[in-house]
Amino acid sequence: MTKYVGKPIPRYDGIGHVTGATAYVDDINMPGMLYAKVLRSPVHKGVMKRIDVSGAENLPGVAAVVTAKDVPGKNRYYNDEQPVFVEDHIRYRGERIAAVAAVDEDTAMEALEKIKIEIEEQPPVFDPFEAMKPAAPKVRPQGNLWIFNSGESRVVTKGDVEKGFAESDEIVERTYTEKMNDMAAIEPHVAVAYTDASDRLLIHTVSQARHFHLGHLCPIFNLPLSKICLVGGTVGGGFGGKNEVQTEHVAGLLALKLRKPVKYRLTRQEVLQCTTKRGAFYFEYKSGVKKNGKVMAYKIRAVHDIGAYNTMGAYAVEKHSFYIVGPYDVPHVRYDGYAVFTNKPVSSSMRGFSTINVNYAHEVQMDLMAEAIGMDPWEIRFINAWREGDIAPNQWKVVAAGLIETLKKTAELEGVKLPPHLLAMSSQRR
Amino acid sequence: MKYPLSFTLNGGNVDALVKPTDTLLDVLKEKLNVQSPKRGCDTGDCGSCTVLLNGNPIRSCLTLALTVEGKNIQTVESFASKEGKLHPLQQAFHNHGAAQCGFCTPGILISAKALLEQNPHPNRKEIVEAISGHLCRCGTYLEVIEAIQEVVGQSGKEKGK
Repeated sequence: MTKYVGKPIPRYDGIGHVTGATAYVDDINMPGMLYAKVLRSPVHKGVMKRIDVSGAENLPGVAAVVTAKDVPGKNRYYNDEQPVFVEDHIRYRGERIAAVAAVDEDTAMEALEKIKIEIEEQPPVFDPFEAMKPAAPKVRPQGNLWIFNSGESRVVTKGDVEKGFAESDEIVERTYTEKMNDMAAIEPHVAVAYTDASDRLLIHTVSQARHFHLGHLCPIFNLPLSKICLVGGTVGGGFGGKNEVQTEHVAGLLALKLRKPVKYRLTRQEVLQCTTKRGAFYFEYKSGVKKNGKVMAYKIRAVHDIGAYNTMGAYAVEKHSFYIVGPYDVPHVRYDGYAVFTNKPVSSSMRGFSTINVNYAHEVQMDLMAEAIGMDPWEIRFINAWREGDIAPNQWKVVAAGLIETLKKTAELEGVKLPPHLLAMSSQRR
Repeated sequence: MKYPLSFTLNGGNVDALVKPTDTLLDVLKEKLNVQSPKRGCDTGDCGSCTVLLNGNPIRSCLTLALTVEGKNIQTVESFASKEGKLHPLQQAFHNHGAAQCGFCTPGILISAKALLEQNPHPNRKEIVEAISGHLCRCGTYLEVIEAIQEVVGQSGKEKGK
């Protein structure tokens, strides 16, 4: 234990990082390597009526152009909804329409300008609250709400929330919002793909989730797992932004078609405009507290803007529903969480995936309740902190509760002197 | 149309045939296989492509390759001694955990080296100014400042102050 615990340990890859010897995917150059670029939708919503790639195919230096019809397997991934390349419907600005491989990026970009597309533009919807209205433009034919097993909203219930409010002395209501974020790792998404002598497809990837990605890529390439090798491990920052396939399918499809190495890297603009985001969250909180500091009830409505396709957006709602009232024992809870489609880039994982988004809401709520009853904000947290064996709103039994001990240590580090009756408390008993 | 280009790279002469639109970063990474400068934004915002031009830090993604004809370019590959001994800045960065994912690190090391060559005893404010052109999404800024302070002989311990 004492060999590592409590001691600083040099990074195993640290010397490579400070000498420049660490090789990232963009550092791979191969003889005869081609460069890919992707034509992306200029509109937020519409129907593609026609595409003509002959101008690009005929440009000197262009090796191949691929569109939806050139995908050997399924042109869909993530619940069979998100297309690799647009088939007809366009659901956000920046969706892939076609990919070009050429001798260099300049030629590939010139080729993109020679692809003729005809799009019938349709009115998009960007605001999730607008998208929830019955007359809103439909992002997808099934409607703008993701359907959970509990219906149009993810529901969490415990006790009787109206009874809890009736037994409370003070009620606090507040709405919290968090805007869309991009992970913005300094390394943009990039892949290098090629086939080897055994006809395996090798893809150097910046993926944070290689095994997930293999599952998505096999049906696209129509190849068994044994024919795809994803080489990864060195990532120039991910933060959740490299949890979804962004470049590997494009590089892989072109490499399979051409049997030549292909590098596909995104520009910073593409990373910001087209890759996954942490979509916006809205939380409407109502909570009730007794004068003695006991939090009695929480009623919460959450709306998460998941963008044009559901990859991990609905999962984000499920995930944060575990943490909606924080590490506190609350007898009465009602939660409804909505995952709403809009004509925006796809929402996915980012740093503390969907748990930190809700933390600030319930912690501000705790402060406001303390203020309403004239109690110290430390004390209200000690009183309500989970004890071992408490039942969380989603019926999960709390094990290894440690908030009280964490609060004591925090107070110590911050130089806050806590009163003896709080210091006498423990997570092991109430 | 391509043009011949020669310049000094990490102490040796190099030649390349380049297009007028090629940047120094394009030439270093794709023609000369120099690994340490990184393409982060390609628009001069992030600092990860920084190299030394005649001793001054520049953005290689904003520098047209043909403009460095006959000039002296240095990258992090030149920092360690021939025997493989790390430059004090490299060792300090490693000791302080100043590289997490490592993608921005070579660029920051370049700016740190240029600072120390022009001002061997910078104060904390001068260090912060010198690295202000670099984005690190992992957030290693404090460790970077501590590492540079250690090299200039300050304690490097006044975290966050």
